[in-house]
Amino acid sequence: MKFNLKIWRQKNAQSTGKMVDYAIDNIDADMSFLEMMDILNEQLINKGDEPIAYDHDCREGICGMCSMHINGRPHGPMHGTTTCQLYMRNFTDGETIYIEPFRANAFPVIRDLVVDRGAFDRIIQAGGFVSVNTGQVQDANNIPVNKADADLAMDAAACIGCGACVAACKNSSASLFVSAKVSQLALLPQGQIEAKERVLAMVNQMDEEGFGSCTNTGACEAECPKEISISNIARMNREYYKATLL
Amino acid sequence: MNNKFKKQGLLGALIGKKMLMGITGLFLIMFLVVHCAVNALIFANDGGELFNKGAEFMGTNILIRTMEVVLFIGLLAHAFDGIYLERKNRQARSVKYVSHNPKANSTWYSRSMAILGILILMFLIVHLKHFWWLSRFTDHIAHSEATKLSGQETLFEEMKEVFQNPMVVVLYVAAMFSLAYHLMHGFQSAFQTMGWNHPKYTPCVKQAGFWFSIIIPLVFALMPIALYTGIIK
Ligand code: FES
Repeated sequence: MKFNLKIWRQKNAQSTGKMVDYAIDNIDADMSFLEMMDILNEQLINKGDEPIAYDHDCREGICGMCSMHINGRPHGPMHGTTTCQLYMRNFTDGETIYIEPFRANAFPVIRDLVVDRGAFDRIIQAGGFVSVNTGQVQDANNIPVNKADADLAMDAAACIGCGACVAACKNSSASLFVSAKVSQLALLPQGQIEAKERVLAMVNQMDEEGFGSCTNTGACEAECPKEISISNIARMNREYYKATLL
Repeated sequence: MNNKFKKQGLLGALIGKKMLMGITGLFLIMFLVVHCAVNALIFANDGGELFNKGAEFMGTNILIRTMEVVLFIGLLAHAFDGIYLERKNRQARSVKYVSHNPKANSTWYSRSMAILGILILMFLIVHLKHFWWLSRFTDHIAHSEATKLSGQETLFEEMKEVFQNPMVVVLYVAAMFSLAYHLMHGFQSAFQTMGWNHPKYTPCVKQAGFWFSIIIPLVFALMPIALYTGIIK
């Protein structure tokens, strides 16, 4: 297959970037998007050009490192898919593909397609954990958990922190991410003790990082590679109201 | 985890400011129901008799007059908080996407709440000047046909007069489209922001919101049309 690529090139955080055109040919339909990028980079290196910097790690859709805004959507055109799980057969031969970094002031571009998602780490550090002393592994079912709650907590915990929710949101809101991280603990007994402090600390950190507020457009849920539900955002709001009002 | 946020008030974070949007929005929705119901009395087609009675009650009842003040506070809070949040949200992304396909993940009206709201606000200024200003701050409007002094008109007569101008009719109908789309997102969005999301009830809320957003603006829009065309005399 053959593609016209328009890719964002930016030297570093300080410089202003621009879209640069690249043509690529002989791409196998069953190659992943990142493999296509690798081939392009090899060609660039052979020509003596700078390869395109982009994030990736596991390449199996579980780490959340790969980012990229492809043809106007985070992680490209497929539903519930990370960029590393996107295949060239999902595009048409000869298509023009726009590739940009995720854009939000809270996610500054470091180079080309790589953005700094450290804001997410700082939100987790603010309260996305349970303070317990480690010790022996507990017996299973030591703490009974309702099956429905366990399932919901598990669904929320599926969030890989990729940032697609922020990239898709017109407000660059991190609400889906933060709400998933609040929910996975708020739904379980272990999370109750620090519930108030947790939601306040995480919500405040989210505001401090410069993310926008949630206007419930649902763009995040539609683009989330892990299909995290916005019902988590309602839960985060409930937790926040409880923490501030009660 | 530290406790430094323990004393934080509700409005301290953006979520709290969003809750203010939700709660004032739901309050304004309730107002729409009352306003629409009273005005719909013109459809009795009795020369405005019933409608004038309703208007007199709304204009003189002490409880309603108190609520009028609350209503203005709610409206202003909704408008200013909304503008504040919209500004903040726009500031969260200074470099825009070159290629952007928001249609793929959200509806245009859910992304246009601020602009729809501003259109409604501009309409409201004209609308308040047409009727509310006249009846509160001038003695042009008579309470009823019986007590009408010379040079005065009942609210119904004033309405008929205002809607003789086709441009006004077009403006009112266009404004109801803005209102319909604003509600189409706002109704269910308010519930979500308030945290009222439930696997069983959220689909009902969405259904109710959909029909509410069509019926209320439609009934409102039919009023100037009916008066202009003379269907209601
Ligand atoms: S590289 Fe790990 S999710 Fe894509």
